[in-house]
Amino acid sequence: MNAIETRSLRKVYPAPAVKKRRGVPAPPAPPSSGIVAIDSLDLAVNDGEFFGVLGPNGAGKTTLIGILTTRVRITAGEAMVAGANVATEPAAVRRRIGVVPQRPNPDRSLSVIENLVFHATYFGIARADAARRGKELLERLGIAEKMNAKVDQLSGGQQQRLMIARALTHDPRVVFLDEPTVGLDPQARLSLWEILRELHGQGRTIVMSTHYMEEADQLCDRLAIIDQGKLLALDTPTALKAKAPGDTLVEVTFDGDASIAADAARAMEGVSNAEARGPLLRVFSRRGGEIIPALIDAGEAHGRIVRDIHLSRPSLETLFISLTGRKLT
Amino acid sequence: MTAEPLAPVAPSRVFTAILLRDLTVARRELPYFLVRTALQPILFVIVFGFLLPKMGMIPRGYSTTMLPGVVALSLTLSAIQSVALPMMQDFGFTKEIEDRLLSPVPIHLVAVEKVAAGVLQGIVAALFVLPVARLIMGPIPGLSFRNLPLLLAVTALGGAAFSAMGLYLGTGIAPQQIGLMFSVIVAPMIMFGCTYYPWAGLDHVPVMKWLVLINPLVYVSEGMRAALTPGLPHMPIAALLAALVVLTVIFMWLGLKAFDKRAMS
Repeated sequence: MNAIETRSLRKVYPAPAVKKRRGVPAPPAPPSSGIVAIDSLDLAVNDGEFFGVLGPNGAGKTTLIGILTTRVRITAGEAMVAGANVATEPAAVRRRIGVVPQRPNPDRSLSVIENLVFHATYFGIARADAARRGKELLERLGIAEKMNAKVDQLSGGQQQRLMIARALTHDPRVVFLDEPTVGLDPQARLSLWEILRELHGQGRTIVMSTHYMEEADQLCDRLAIIDQGKLLALDTPTALKAKAPGDTLVEVTFDGDASIAADAARAMEGVSNAEARGPLLRVFSRRGGEIIPALIDAGEAHGRIVRDIHLSRPSLETLFISLTGRKLT
Repeated sequence: MTAEPLAPVAPSRVFTAILLRDLTVARRELPYFLVRTALQPILFVIVFGFLLPKMGMIPRGYSTTMLPGVVALSLTLSAIQSVALPMMQDFGFTKEIEDRLLSPVPIHLVAVEKVAAGVLQGIVAALFVLPVARLIMGPIPGLSFRNLPLLLAVTALGGAAFSAMGLYLGTGIAPQQIGLMFSVIVAPMIMFGCTYYPWAGLDHVPVMKWLVLINPLVYVSEGMRAALTPGLPHMPIAALLAALVVLTVIFMWLGLKAFDKRAMS
């Protein structure tokens, strides 16, 4: 059975009065159209899978998780989670899922353990059971010593763990995590990875959004790469990396428009693709860094001076750039 | 992992659990709650029920007119604040209500629970102010608790109407405008709510007598008057009860609509 299935999923938010993206001026949209956050998305997540949703900020990751966790209304299409329809049976979906939000939102009027106990009672669990289970979870997540503390006394990493504990109090089948490691220090991030691996080991389905390549690569069984609400690629991290084009990505920054150098680069041997974005020249090279002298010459032939050179090995990052023309982070 | 579908949880059970959460939090904050909601009515009692009569600037019998109004005021002020303030907070930056919105029940139940908690907190405030006011003002001629069913009906309906109004204001108004809400909506409501004078007294100003009918507080004040001091003139009971039912329905409808807008994007 599929833990999650979406069919032609679409979400359009009403257009706000003024919204500008940095660098890119917003296209003048007619007032009737809104902002398309999710566009005809078809996804299937297997039971017990660790599924990653990878995309830059604003790709639609949070909207997708919002829809799947019944917190965002669907504009069109259908989504099933743990066998229930998110639009018509939201309470049944909520019964079966646990949600770890992007920003910890504990109940600040309650202590750490009360957060877990009350949350469990919202799911019909008896208080005594809830207290026992809450203690267990806090121990497993390594914050048992903060049991009676106020939520405000927890660090960011500890609050994130509390959110994970809360999401697990009612033993959900599918656990959603929306960019859980944003804002965590490297150590807290690594220990969170351990926790997530353990959850996955218990056979739970995990859906995690992230814009960190490494995280997606390390943890996920399969990855969906989305941008501007569209599914661009879906496969295992290994298979996706194999799809990364033209081996090495060479980025050369000139002191002016790079488009002239791009034409020259495309004609070079061993170059699979080249494009200019302002002063930035992006070249996918089968010969690695060997083509750099030629690229410098191509720029200098038109009076451009090189300001910066950067090489990236084939990775999810280079795949993403080749798919979208944008960087992830 | 269990493969069979999990049994649904009874909504009544979830409702009780969420209500218990609110009451636990309310109990801890009781002193602040009483200061926040009862201080203003008590200050009015001190000035108009004790000082001014002592100075002879107000006839002694005035306390009989004022007491039901003060009880109505504490009930409604606390009911409205008990819902509006947490709603503004919960839907604001902290998004703390999220854990309840993820509980396995229709989200409207979460809103209805808040209103129920608001009614209970309104009753607590009214029960607190009544003896305090009596203590400050001394014996109140004509005060009677014999009409208990009416007293309960007015308390429950008044609390519900104002909790529902709190739901609407708390979810429909931007947090930045909370100050505005109190000065533009709540303050005039108190002044023109027949709290410090009976509705019948407005016979002298007929325009006002009809204008104040748009003020929900009028019906609670007059209801309290009918229940606590039946000897004094008051609005017909059937009319004020009907008005409170209608107001509860209207505010609940508006409140749920605004709640939906905030809860689901």
